[in-house]
Amino acid sequence: MSEQLRVNPIACTGHGLCAELFPERVILDEWGYPVISPEPIPASLRKAARRAVTDCPALALLLSGHQRAR
Amino acid sequence: MTAPHALPRPDRHARPGGLPRLLEAMDLDAHLAAYGPPPYGGRQLIGVVVAAGLTGRGGAGFPAARKLTAVAEAGRRAVVVGNGAESEPASRKDKELLWTAPHLVLDGLQLAAEAVGATRAYLYVHAQPGLHEQLGSALAARAAAGLDRAGVQLMSAPPRFLAGEESAVVSRINGGPALPRFKVPPVFRRGVAGAPTLVQNVETLAHLAQIARYGASWFRAAGTSAEPGTMLATCRRADGTVEVVETAIGTPLGELLRLGELPAQAVLVGGYHGTWLTSVHAAALPLANAGLRPAGAAVGAGLIAALPYGRCGVAEAVRVVRYLAVESAGQCGPCLNGLPRIAAGLAELAAPRPRPRLRADLERWAGLVERRGACHHPDGSVRFLRSTLAIFGTELTAHARGQCSATSHRPFFPVPAGVPASQADWT
Repeated sequence: MSEQLRVNPIACTGHGLCAELFPERVILDEWGYPVISPEPIPASLRKAARRAVTDCPALALLLSGHQRAR
Repeated sequence: MTAPHALPRPDRHARPGGLPRLLEAMDLDAHLAAYGPPPYGGRQLIGVVVAAGLTGRGGAGFPAARKLTAVAEAGRRAVVVGNGAESEPASRKDKELLWTAPHLVLDGLQLAAEAVGATRAYLYVHAQPGLHEQLGSALAARAAAGLDRAGVQLMSAPPRFLAGEESAVVSRINGGPALPRFKVPPVFRRGVAGAPTLVQNVETLAHLAQIARYGASWFRAAGTSAEPGTMLATCRRADGTVEVVETAIGTPLGELLRLGELPAQAVLVGGYHGTWLTSVHAAALPLANAGLRPAGAAVGAGLIAALPYGRCGVAEAVRVVRYLAVESAGQCGPCLNGLPRIAAGLAELAAPRPRPRLRADLERWAGLVERRGACHHPDGSVRFLRSTLAIFGTELTAHARGQCSATSHRPFFPVPAGVPASQADWT
């Protein structure tokens, strides 16, 4: 199953860490909020994606099939 | 307030053949004489709704049966909410329905509750002078007659544009502010008090009450095969009059707005989250999504509004977009940052000598807010902005030179004043 990264835009406060941890799929807009590429995440990038999810200070990222308990 | 065609009242338990189906003033006695008590039939109603092809009349047009099924299959005790929080300032069809035929809505609420296995229901409406009292006595009369199986609680919605958004409705009923929520998990799985929750527009419920009585083919006798039935439309005509009509889906906009006798320069379809069309283009288009989609428009909650000649579409749009920016819940970064910039940018574009890069900025901001909110407020606002830029190009060029073609600068479309300043404004 291919995983998909999503952001909860209400929880997101624009720390921008996700773009540093996972630049392959996340860039920041001109206000500092993540723009997430809709491309599926291959196995080779899964580790970076999970790191972005776990380390988000606002707990605002979700990986489909890998939702963080909150 | 009546439909354009005068047709006979429905006979007792007969299948009314014409219009109006919904908009006929009835107290409980008249309602019971015409319709009898709610025809409770449990979950099998869902199959009838599938066959009828009823879609939600609150704006999104989602198939009613799919929502009913999702809640019924969630496997836990469900909750049903009748959503009458019609928040579009220019729309009044749900209020009119609640005033005119509250018992059709309340029958629909009961039948939907039974179909999904709910014993608790809510009716969520904006506070309006007298309306809560009227609905309260309607509920009391039903209780005295022993009509209702699910308990119904009246809830009041704050006067905010987003108060009727599905997750905002749930948040309000749960005792919080009427603010949209991130919909993972969706409210049909986890809504009011954590229960699977069906949030259905009040007009949709009224149709449901009739489908339960007269069946799918009766419902399909009006409308198109893809979009069956009638719908309530708020028609704001070029002479400034406003009428709620019940019309077969597919009726030409030109007929509903009487564009032949009341000429207009442009028509706004679908409200402040909707799309401007030139009047010439709109006149022949049907009030149906299949016909409006190629024009980039949608029926939404059934608001169509004509802008007469002599008024400035640019000035109207500036006021509307400013209102939309103010009504952002301010919870999502892109909407919080983007909408005020878009509103200020459009105002600058409407003034003499806008800076050359402004249009490119507006288009970039539009792209940056679209599909990046927890709710559809940014998407709808951007749709309105883009169609403004597309339809009023000539007027914008005149404005850049310091001219305006309008002969009256009095605001034409209603835009409420007031900025939400605290959490209390959302409760």
